[in-house]
Amino acid sequence: MLSNIGIIFSSSALLSSLILIYFSIVELKISGDKISQKIYKFSLFKLIFSLSSFLTLIAGYVYSDFSINNVYENSHTSKPLFYKISGTWGNHEGSLLLWINILVLFSFLFLVLDKNKNKNFKLLTLIFQNLLISIFFIFLLSNSNPFAPVFPVPSEGNGLNPILQDPALAIHPPLLYIGFVGSSIYFSVALASLICKIDSRSLATTLKPWVSVSWFFQTLGILVGSIWAYYELGWGGFWFWDPVENSSLMPWLLMTALLHSVLVLERKMGLYSWVIVLSIMTFTMSVVGTFLVRSGILNSVHTFASDPNRGLFILSFLLVMVFSSIFIFFRYAPSENKNYKIFSKEFFILLNNWFMIFFLAVVLIGTLYPVFLDTLTGAQISVGPPYYNFILAPFLIPLLFLMTSGPKHRWISSDFKKIFDIILFLSIISFVIIFFFIKESNLLTNLILLFSIYLIIQTIFDFYGNLKNKNINLSRIISHFGFGLLIFFISINSILSLESNFNAKIGEKKNLGNYVINFKKLETAQIDNYKSVIGHFEILNKKKSTIENLKPEIRLYNKPETITYEASINSNLFSDTYLTMSNISDTNIFNIKFQKKPFMNFIWLSVILISLGGVLKFFKIKRQI
Amino acid sequence: MKKSYLILTSIFFIFIFTIFYLSLGKNKTYNTEDIVGNKIDEIDLELFNDSGLFNTKEITNYNYIALNFWASWCAPCRKEHNVLMQLSKIKNLKIIGVNFKDNHNNANSFLEEMGNPFYISTKDTDGKKSINFGVYGIPETMIISKDMVILKKYIGPLDLKDFKEIERIVKK
Repeated sequence: MLSNIGIIFSSSALLSSLILIYFSIVELKISGDKISQKIYKFSLFKLIFSLSSFLTLIAGYVYSDFSINNVYENSHTSKPLFYKISGTWGNHEGSLLLWINILVLFSFLFLVLDKNKNKNFKLLTLIFQNLLISIFFIFLLSNSNPFAPVFPVPSEGNGLNPILQDPALAIHPPLLYIGFVGSSIYFSVALASLICKIDSRSLATTLKPWVSVSWFFQTLGILVGSIWAYYELGWGGFWFWDPVENSSLMPWLLMTALLHSVLVLERKMGLYSWVIVLSIMTFTMSVVGTFLVRSGILNSVHTFASDPNRGLFILSFLLVMVFSSIFIFFRYAPSENKNYKIFSKEFFILLNNWFMIFFLAVVLIGTLYPVFLDTLTGAQISVGPPYYNFILAPFLIPLLFLMTSGPKHRWISSDFKKIFDIILFLSIISFVIIFFFIKESNLLTNLILLFSIYLIIQTIFDFYGNLKNKNINLSRIISHFGFGLLIFFISINSILSLESNFNAKIGEKKNLGNYVINFKKLETAQIDNYKSVIGHFEILNKKKSTIENLKPEIRLYNKPETITYEASINSNLFSDTYLTMSNISDTNIFNIKFQKKPFMNFIWLSVILISLGGVLKFFKIKRQI
Repeated sequence: MKKSYLILTSIFFIFIFTIFYLSLGKNKTYNTEDIVGNKIDEIDLELFNDSGLFNTKEITNYNYIALNFWASWCAPCRKEHNVLMQLSKIKNLKIIGVNFKDNHNNANSFLEEMGNPFYISTKDTDGKKSINFGVYGIPETMIISKDMVILKKYIGPLDLKDFKEIERIVKK
């Protein structure tokens, strides 16, 4: 029943989208400066149909309607309601439907909210958006139908993979999709403005709110994913340079570049083609990410059951998308005269872009190299953190320095102020004090620390110096401040982290430097849809003579039968104590991983600060309009 | 000028898309059992108790070799140790132990307690050498012939069934 309703709704949405393309093309030829009511009407229909199809799928999950194959494969009656709902997008088909819904919603918002006067530009953008929507609906209905029925109707479902049963993971995909899909708007806007020859300023005004919104959600999405990895995967880290993490980072780097270059585009002429290229690249990177994750050509925690046909479809779509963009770009791109002086503000913003593109290239190569090598030579390798740290870390120093000194320069002027000032002096003093405590010997790490402190102090000064200034650029100050803190705390965290792996039986005590870990007892419990084995551990800090009690768990889920290891984390303001245990089969010995991770909460907080800059930017733009 | 950019960009993307297309059909599960039938490389391993090296090309001096990766901290290794002790009695077969990422004293007391089945004992303290053998977890055991070809590979602890199988291989 629900299965048919869902198919009807999504087919109607596809139909409205096709009708919209037709209407828009017809209207392109009609003179006049207003978009006709029927386009608004059909866009609203499309939105309603699309949302209804998504709600239908959610209803299928909430009421455990196992006549829908997707619900049968990914849900179970004993699952808590919250995870029944979030399970809707915990699989390929459902998440694709969510993806499309956000695409539809964003297109609708663009139609309603964008104030650009040029009718044809708006229509063309909508045509591109509707093309994307139609293609993805066709993909959904033909290859990845979330409403596919199953007969005879099973009485019970297979259940959701337990590692996905986590609050952070319930909101991680929607956040990331808003970021990814938000970038489709600038893709369409870029192509439409090329064809309609929109001027720099209107392009910048149109792009800005969408870039800051999608950048904000992308940042939060990445953060929530990291928090999930930290708490749930039990590896004791928050970023692993996993290919799929990289797929979310690459569009983020491009968005960051775009966020900066749009500023130049708005105030000065120039960078027009570059902004267009960035806009096209960002959405392309998002689709490449989707391709890598969904086709199964990469192995990672994110890979859904892979299906080569699925990959082939996305790949063909990508091919058409890239080559039509290339064609439109080379056909319509205007020639520009670039005139910026060295040490002017746009020079620094351009440098930012070069850094972002460099980071992108490093991450892209690291992610794709194993795929290329395997395909061309058959050799299987994996590229891990050492590669990224080795290549990226040295470049953080000039980046931090530029983030500090760049914003001090005025637009198009090249009076080079003195760099050595009170702020640098204060930074060096703070660095020396910190060095006294941590005594880190690596020169590179020390330099990164010094320059992150420099950035932090500079932004604090900027903040106080401009408090009374009405034009204070709070979003920049907060984001840069957050970035300085992030690098600072990540460095301190990596220097002071403590990790130890050992085996223990119940009742054993283990001495680890400053700590004594006491494996007191084991307890079992039956909870909702899993059985839990809970270890009771007491951790004594000899120096401070404090005691912490930690209870890591081993969970045996019944549907589907899976074992997960739940880290027990005692999170304090300044330091997290992290304990995971895993059983060694057929023995009474447990493998214990003990970690001390300082400043974890500060790392999360720094990222929140960075993203906060995006929100402030968005509201500032709204106010200006 | 514009045209050459166009051609270059197109070639770049065509290359990428071709690779993507080719990689779609490939099996992505990494399986070290695939290395059965391959010849092993010549690798130097540190001797366990003495200073000095054991090079894998010395394998050619023996009829059959069982290369066993173990550690005292590894509980399943304790489980398979009896099987190793029995294997060490087979005439045609010599066991070479590679002590993996272990503390030397713990490893020694492990062998004192459980018996030493190894004809030659070597060690890989930082675990880097073992990567060359395709080891990703211990215990692992490889049966290698005189011409340095891997005949069989066991991931995880050996049991009696494996013992019988090894016996059969070695008798040939």
